[in-house]
Amino acid sequence: MLKTATAAALGLLLSMGVAQAQTLRFGLAEDPDALDPTMGRTFVGRIVFSAMCDKLVDISPDLKVVPQLATEWTWSDDGKVLTMKLRPNVLFHDGEKFDAAAAKFSLDRHLTMAGSQRRGEISAVKQVDVVDDLTIRLTLGAPFAPLMAQLTDRAGMMVSPKAAQALGDKFATAPVCAGPFKFVERVAQDRIVVEKFDQYWNKDAIKLKRIEFRPFTDNSVKLANLRAGQLDMIERLAATDVPEVKKDPKLKFASIVELGYQGITINTNNSDKSKSPIGQSEKVREAFELSLDRQAIVQVVFNGEYQPGNQWLSPLNPNYDKAFPIPKRDVAKAKALLKEAGVTNPVVNLMTPTTGEQQQLAQVIQAMTKEAGFDVKIQATEFASSLNLAEKGDFEAYLLAWSGRTDPDGNLYNFVACKGPLNYGKYCKPEVDALLDQSRSTTDIEARRKAWNGVAKATLADRPVIYLFHRKWLWAHTTKLTGFTEYPDGLVRFAGITLN
Amino acid sequence: MLRFLVRRLAIMVPTVIFVSMIIFGLQQLLPGDPATALAGEERDPEVIAHIRAKYHLDDPLPMRYLRWIGGVVQGDFGESIRIQQPVSQLIVEKLPVTIELAVLSMLIALLIGVPMGILSAVKNGKWVDYAANAVALWGLSTPNFWLGIMLILLFSVELGWLPASGYVPPSEGLWENLKAMIMPAFVLGNAIAAVMMRHTRAAMLQVLSSDYVRTARAKGLVERVVIFKHALRNAAVPVITLGALEFGQLLSGAVLTEQVFSIPGFGKLIVDAVFNRDYAVVQGVVLCTATAYLMLNLMADIAYVLVNPRLRA
Repeated sequence: MLKTATAAALGLLLSMGVAQAQTLRFGLAEDPDALDPTMGRTFVGRIVFSAMCDKLVDISPDLKVVPQLATEWTWSDDGKVLTMKLRPNVLFHDGEKFDAAAAKFSLDRHLTMAGSQRRGEISAVKQVDVVDDLTIRLTLGAPFAPLMAQLTDRAGMMVSPKAAQALGDKFATAPVCAGPFKFVERVAQDRIVVEKFDQYWNKDAIKLKRIEFRPFTDNSVKLANLRAGQLDMIERLAATDVPEVKKDPKLKFASIVELGYQGITINTNNSDKSKSPIGQSEKVREAFELSLDRQAIVQVVFNGEYQPGNQWLSPLNPNYDKAFPIPKRDVAKAKALLKEAGVTNPVVNLMTPTTGEQQQLAQVIQAMTKEAGFDVKIQATEFASSLNLAEKGDFEAYLLAWSGRTDPDGNLYNFVACKGPLNYGKYCKPEVDALLDQSRSTTDIEARRKAWNGVAKATLADRPVIYLFHRKWLWAHTTKLTGFTEYPDGLVRFAGITLN
Repeated sequence: MLRFLVRRLAIMVPTVIFVSMIIFGLQQLLPGDPATALAGEERDPEVIAHIRAKYHLDDPLPMRYLRWIGGVVQGDFGESIRIQQPVSQLIVEKLPVTIELAVLSMLIALLIGVPMGILSAVKNGKWVDYAANAVALWGLSTPNFWLGIMLILLFSVELGWLPASGYVPPSEGLWENLKAMIMPAFVLGNAIAAVMMRHTRAAMLQVLSSDYVRTARAKGLVERVVIFKHALRNAAVPVITLGALEFGQLLSGAVLTEQVFSIPGFGKLIVDAVFNRDYAVVQGVVLCTATAYLMLNLMADIAYVLVNPRLRA
């Protein structure tokens, strides 16, 4: 009797130990915003969503669209109708059934809710119809190739209609989705806690019992917490901390090149500030680019961790255009170009973010371009203010990073199309717009690449943006954690992750 | 005393109203538009328009002020645009944390600063005085941020004695709570202790050289009574003033220290809010701390009267 009781107690203790061990404490780089897939707007929020909210489709590490809540899909020949078959026997965290009506509800919510951050991403969708219990049909106004990629992100996230209707615009306070983990609590700026959803459709792949997300805005503090055993994993490790992590036998390091880029946006056409030498002369812009050594920039500022690049996609991306390789630094040619343009020692006011890394980057750019005769003046500007100045056209050059999208269109259209909302320099060429529209109108990848080639030919010569490099997503985690796979979107797929 | 209290409280009301106007007005001087700052990476024009409409950002300033202050009077501080939670809820969550950190820091500052100040004044010119001054200099010249990271590296990473960060409410375990708070409280208290020590020392030196102390000594009173009963009471007035000011500062949030130790208090909240132009949060928190500041001033005034009856007139 005593033996049995002891064994039972021991078993209970052991299982409690395992439960404790299977709590992943995850260090985020900042506190997420609203936890509502329709309203969310930050990258960091997407990491939390990837634990809570499954999407219609996902991407694979090599950027192919793969099934998640939709198991198969077909496009009509004219590219205007997308029919999706949904996964059967899927439940939301509140026990409600996920079916075609629920999928329609979620898509309609993204499209129509006031203040929806998703509407712009899927505005090509004009109508969503329920075909049968497990089939939906999306009808588009015009063919829109990036749609599938949009559905791999927040626009493809499904929320429980019952909870969404009950909570209205307060949904973020208690989000209910159909992902592997359900929401438990959030204390702003302290923690977000989720726990395993036992009725998850793919529950066998989920080894973790619980995840606690904790925000740390300072990189060294975040790393110190990982080293002290307060965290099991951290995202966005600072590039300069990589050697320290690699040296530590208790830590493991993981990385992958991002989908986005870091570049310099040049004001070529927005207000009077565009009337600068660099804004008006293509030759001056070319000289500026030729005075930069991208490899050296990456080496000096980022320990060589990042990937030099000259296009909106990294050279490792299958859609990178090899016809336009990274130009080598050529100071002599840069000087000659400045002479040809008839300007001596042109001043370039470079607006930069205030973070240490970005300041260093700006200083390296300043030093490099000085050799060719440029006089770069660094204007460190707090981020929200810099956005306002950029929109007003009150800048000459703007050091800006973009987090990147799965479909190349997401790195391109909004930045160089005449009416692109992120085209701060108001660069505008009708032939580029025509090519961009063409790339959106077909799902045939070869036809799209041909259109992008035309865009590259024009924009890489006009240089409304001088692309510099592609950061890497850098993670560090304890050696107890196994089963982590890097994805180029920088998000963490928690399926398969185990803590030993 | 009662009249004094009533008069002071009556003055506080217009002061708070005036402060609320200043907070609201100054905030509008911040460059950058909340709608743009909060519209996400894509900055969809429709989203921007929605945010402007929902939070009445296009209304004239006086109307927005009245709408806000009208809500505040009824306990509604508005909603955080960024995380879509009521500001009052955020304040209720963060205030106890900030108060606890402030109290602990102040306690540490008092326990170190005041005795050290008395000691160095009494032993003026002796090695104890020099040692106390050296410690104060260290406290004044160590940046909180650096000290915090060093403490984490020593006590959390190397020795593993204390948690590197985080906050555990006292209700979930007093011991765990203290373990999490001791390092941040020490970092903050350390700097204040140095200032306290310097002020206590200066005030004590002045009082100790005054006539009545000489008389007390001449009467043959023991040194302990001279120092604690006669000298310290008078020397306490500037120290109380300083304590109230420092405490008020602590209540408005210790930005860097909260960041280093990941303590979810006012400091972190307000910094995030300012950078995201989350107006309602900034206004709510600043109004709250400004009111606390006024209350502390009042308490300091009462304390003066208690330690020094001459001020009662």
